[in-house]
Amino acid sequence: MSSLSHLINLDLGRTTKKIIVEYIWIGGSGMDLRSKARTLPGPVTDPSELPLWNYDGSSTDQAPGNDSEIILRPQAIFKDPFRRGNNLLAMCDCYTPAGDPIPTNKRFNAAKIFKHPDVVAEEPWFGIEQEYTLLQKQVKWPLNWPVGGFPGPQGPYYCGVGADKSFGRDIVDAHYKACLYAGINVSGINGEVMPAQWEFQVGPATGISAGDQLWVARYILERITEIAGVVLSFDPKPIPGDWNGAGAHTNYSTKSMRSDGGIHVIKKAIEKLGLRHKEHIAAYGEGNERRLTGRHETADISKFSWGVANRGASIRVGRDTEREGKGYFEDRRPASNMDPYVVTSMVAETTILWKP
Amino acid sequence: MSLLTDLINLNLSDCTNKIIAEYIWIGGSGMDLRSKARTLSGPVADPSKLPKWNYDGSSTGQAPGEDSEVILYPQAIFRDPFRRGNNILVMCDAYTPAGEPIPTNKRCNAAKIFSHPDVAAEEPWYGIEQEYTLLQKDVKWPIGWPLGGYPGPQGPYYCGVGVDKAYGRDIVDSHYKACLYAGINISGINGEVMPGQWEFQVGPSIGISAGDELWVARYILERITEIAGVVLSFDPKPIQGDWNGAGAHTNYSTKSMRNDGGYEVIKKAIEKLGLRHKEHIAAYGEGNERRLTGRHETADINTFLWGVANRGASIRVGRDTEKAGKGYFEDRRPASNMDPYVVTSMIAETTILWKP
Repeated sequence: MSSLSHLINLDLGRTTKKIIVEYIWIGGSGMDLRSKARTLPGPVTDPSELPLWNYDGSSTDQAPGNDSEIILRPQAIFKDPFRRGNNLLAMCDCYTPAGDPIPTNKRFNAAKIFKHPDVVAEEPWFGIEQEYTLLQKQVKWPLNWPVGGFPGPQGPYYCGVGADKSFGRDIVDAHYKACLYAGINVSGINGEVMPAQWEFQVGPATGISAGDQLWVARYILERITEIAGVVLSFDPKPIPGDWNGAGAHTNYSTKSMRSDGGIHVIKKAIEKLGLRHKEHIAAYGEGNERRLTGRHETADISKFSWGVANRGASIRVGRDTEREGKGYFEDRRPASNMDPYVVTSMVAETTILWKP
Repeated sequence: MSLLTDLINLNLSDCTNKIIAEYIWIGGSGMDLRSKARTLSGPVADPSKLPKWNYDGSSTGQAPGEDSEVILYPQAIFRDPFRRGNNILVMCDAYTPAGEPIPTNKRCNAAKIFSHPDVAAEEPWYGIEQEYTLLQKDVKWPIGWPLGGYPGPQGPYYCGVGVDKAYGRDIVDSHYKACLYAGINISGINGEVMPGQWEFQVGPSIGISAGDELWVARYILERITEIAGVVLSFDPKPIQGDWNGAGAHTNYSTKSMRNDGGYEVIKKAIEKLGLRHKEHIAAYGEGNERRLTGRHETADINTFLWGVANRGASIRVGRDTEKAGKGYFEDRRPASNMDPYVVTSMIAETTILWKP
């Protein structure tokens, strides 16, 4: 297949100024990523230079057949690690032809919250720990698990090394470099407690860009698993039983929390989150009740708790933050299939804008 | 899969100053290596300039769930042969948040011994011969061995060549170059007496760096076997019966031993080791009693004896050393699963500091 690779890797920069832009959006389920590409006459450095586009919403469950056009508005651009050169990925959100956000467009409301002067002043930072599971293509059973059976119990796999402990590192390492190339702020990766489960972290990212970066990182991951012939799952509890679930722990801080005396601001913020526990849980991902059981390093879904260095709590404050009297905290409740636009803006809204 | 390879091999130096640092540590069993990666803003050459980090000790048998943070202190940097560019591997040791070494942290005590002025003055050199066995992934039987059976008896395999005599040379050769690339002082490799078993030697290394280099060499080996789909075993007697075990013979010398008249210093040191035979054996690796039988080029575990050119002795002095009247000696007792921090520091402690 080497001539196919030759063609895929052609460096068009030598023969034309044209670039290819892959427009990415979120489909009707709220978790299905979609994309298509178009040619533009020359390099682009700002999303505002990209034209609006449209797609067939009746094929993604987002519009009726007799009025199917949905408008794509580019919001963030990244270098394309697959096409390289001057080619780009563009994260978009979706509007009706009249200019209203469609119901599955969660970015729109998040952007409003992040533009509120009180929120802007607090410069909210987010670090999201995205966990995910790799599945064998034909059987939807985790990668390298024996078909019809199970691997040895959890213990050796967290950050593990070796053919019997680490399943799928190629994908993870390719994803790490691809995202850094793209300009996504991936801060790290690690093998997770359940074999064939991995995590990458995006951040610190300010405001709305946390959601943009995480969605494009998910897109790049799904493109890479596609190349590898492996299925990507964001299910929060892919295997029932004594196997860890998958979360998207969201680390958060504001300017006040990062400044001296911030620990008190943190405690007040955690209190407010406790008062809105049910509302947050409802928005933190489908199927989370299968994961938040109080076992496997989670807190029970119906209970709100927080603690320093406590991985069995809803919210964990790190020892560094406790010691320095300022820093950030980790909301461990969101599931791996959460929408980062929803979670980040809701955490900001509750802690900065909401009055009990 | 060449597209995946393209991404894994991306040279990020072209588009960013950022580097990826893989932090490596030893888990709760004392032999399980763990690692995870983080992004740093630019190249780093000095371990003291790397940030401390932390991990979930409750997932490695090193901390309880409600107080799970274990702190990683970077101690030694090597170039990353997998990610290349300016990316690095970092060997770390583990501490409680209060700054105490956790019980499985053997490096801390070793570093203290090597910092002792009497020990530092003697510049202790180590050459460690790490033996290991390669096993087929799903059945944990040595590679190249017939399932349900055995290869022909030992004889043709030591340093052997040919498809019926050398099993797994790819792994050994890539490991050799990867370690040299990383900056580890690998002095050689050879095929061992049992088929599917190999050896590499690290050294000469001074003091604590012998342990750091051997642990990172082990990590690189396990990453390579992971890529090759083969299981790495450091068991000291992987196959019962008329099959050699696996050791980690530790060659040792001090400044005095390397100088004229050193042979007398060597004899005195060996005497001291003889007086502490039981203590050393207890620290020389789990399961060693299955290996040190007095057969297969070992000395019986309960017997301490030394001799020139004697591979059936606990300690062997080379003919070169005897002839020159100075040099080094080889402690043949340590098992392949020994902890080099423990063994190297204990030999230094017994021969330099301990008074009978």
